Amino acid sequence: MEIIVCIKQVPDTTEVKIDPEKGTLIREGVPSIVNPFDEYAVEAALRIKEEKGGKVTVITMGPPQAVDALRKCVAMGADDAVLVSDRAFAGSDTWSTSYTLAKAIQALGAFDLILCGKQAIDGDTAQVGPGIAEHLKISQVTYVQKVLGVKEDAIEVERGIEGGYEVIETPLPAVLTIDKSANQPRLPSMMGTMKALKKEIKTLTARDINVKEGFYGMDGSPTRVKRTFTPPPRKGGRMLGGEMEEALRELVKILREEKIV
Amino acid sequence: MAININKDNCVGCGLCLDSCPYPGAIVMDGGIAVITEKCVECGACVDSCNAGAIEFEEAKRETGINVNEFKGVWVFVEHRKNRVANVTLELLSEGRKLADQLGEELAGVLIGDDVENLARDCFAYGADKVYYVDGAVYEHYSTGPYTTAFSQLIKRYKPNIVLFGATHDGRDFAARVAVRVYTGLTADCTELSIDTETRLLNQTRPAFGGNVMATILTPEHRPQMATVRPNVMKKVVPDYNRTGEIIRFDAVVTAEDILYQVKEVVEHTAKTINLEEADIIVSGGRGIGGPEHYHLIEELAEILGGAAGASRAVVDAGWVPHYRQVGQTGKTVAPKLYIACGISGAIQHLAGMQTSDFIVAINKDPEAPIFRVANIGICADLHKALPYLKERFRELLEK
Repeated sequence: MEIIVCIKQVPDTTEVKIDPEKGTLIREGVPSIVNPFDEYAVEAALRIKEEKGGKVTVITMGPPQAVDALRKCVAMGADDAVLVSDRAFAGSDTWSTSYTLAKAIQALGAFDLILCGKQAIDGDTAQVGPGIAEHLKISQVTYVQKVLGVKEDAIEVERGIEGGYEVIETPLPAVLTIDKSANQPRLPSMMGTMKALKKEIKTLTARDINVKEGFYGMDGSPTRVKRTFTPPPRKGGRMLGGEMEEALRELVKILREEKIV
Repeated sequence: MAININKDNCVGCGLCLDSCPYPGAIVMDGGIAVITEKCVECGACVDSCNAGAIEFEEAKRETGINVNEFKGVWVFVEHRKNRVANVTLELLSEGRKLADQLGEELAGVLIGDDVENLARDCFAYGADKVYYVDGAVYEHYSTGPYTTAFSQLIKRYKPNIVLFGATHDGRDFAARVAVRVYTGLTADCTELSIDTETRLLNQTRPAFGGNVMATILTPEHRPQMATVRPNVMKKVVPDYNRTGEIIRFDAVVTAEDILYQVKEVVEHTAKTINLEEADIIVSGGRGIGGPEHYHLIEELAEILGGAAGASRAVVDAGWVPHYRQVGQTGKTVAPKLYIACGISGAIQHLAGMQTSDFIVAINKDPEAPIFRVANIGICADLHKALPYLKERFRELLEK
């Protein structure tokens, strides 16, 4: 089974500090990590490969330093890694990112399954996975919380919905986006880490993947960022002190007065 | 080239040269102005010309979109068990305002099997029209048929704006529709408005876990599409005397469009599960002490008619399932009331709940960062505070 896992390098937002005076993000010194949801996708791919055989290729679109994220996935056990990188891809929104990744995946050859994380923790769009599926005109299942069974030409999964889940069987090839409850990602082994350091990582540019002029990068992106701003930080309100019961009675009173409860 | 100079009208006055910010983009050749390849099509010269010789042809891509052909605000009508989802009613209420500002119509897009009766709710919440796609293939939500039907509707009726709830289903197929019709889609918006000058839809959304806000535009593609976070837009008071027009649409869905098979739908039985739609959420963190104490959270949530959530620490420790997790790697919620119990308030938790209307924090540690975002903070042991609160609310709500 040929499995492609699309990953993204993201800033570790749990490490982001906020400047208490200006209320802005302090980005300096924030480490880059593999998007946490993508690690669940890598783990899901490795487990399917362990059961069915085949090959796991991780792919990312990003600047040259994104190879670090690819190496982490190789250290976890991925067989191959591909960086899709070109200055011409700068300014891509989810439309042209999914187009570019779809083209890159096609350039790599035949595949059975494409896995993505549910969403990336920096942009939080959850749009690139379905976008890839649409560009490739193949099936998709999003919010996968469990892989139930894999056959040669189909896969059965649980898809999370509000208040429950669906059991879905989809033919292959397909795109799955993986949620956190699907598995527990393994830590890279010592051997894996050594292998990852030596791994030669192929870079694909616009010329290598047959993208159509006007469909990638800023030109291909229907959306534009008008402005970005830091929201006013939420201010702490009142601390209700004194005896616990007194404070709680006061709380209930406030919630009633504000018509919240 | 999108800037054209009409040679017959040009008088060679050179005003356009002065107005042009890009050196060498306009040159005088034989007494008339000529646009060179250095032109970036900014349009600055158009207004400078008194002879009416410069025409600015709006940039058209291969999609050949004429934005002026697209009219109307659409809302995708999400429904389950013959009930319209709350987020749809919120979007109809918000969509009404946008439509009025643009002087355009508001329409609901209803896809399902024998659910025409739901059009009434759409009209009551402000819709002028409902586009109705009916058929057994739409009985349960499914990516392929919904994408195909919706895309065909867009191509046929050319809406200006399309809004979806940022739910699992909404986000699942809106992304595919956007790719198919080649337009922009802004995810998980928390604010929408119309730019008074350009009449474009300002689509404002949080990024980096809510630490940065970005306003996104779709300037040249149509429709302008956005998914919108549930519980953020305010519902209007419905008016069930309002009526409107139902337009039936027969979409062509082939066997190839049916991408997968839904074999089973399982609903969690507990009442306190649906975090996304809850008005009140009670969440527990590591401070609860162990899985055997989580019932304190659930019981208070149940009394209040709300949902019970949890922090990442509690989920990662295996005390409660992941579907209860609020935060960056869990759910993003915006209830009217969020009660955080024994939660310290790590940045990744705040990312999932800081747009809540009213936050109450109960924590033993007076230094817990959660107090910095809470409207009301109480420094107390939740094991004592929650049973007491539960009784107080029980008494009150029984009255």
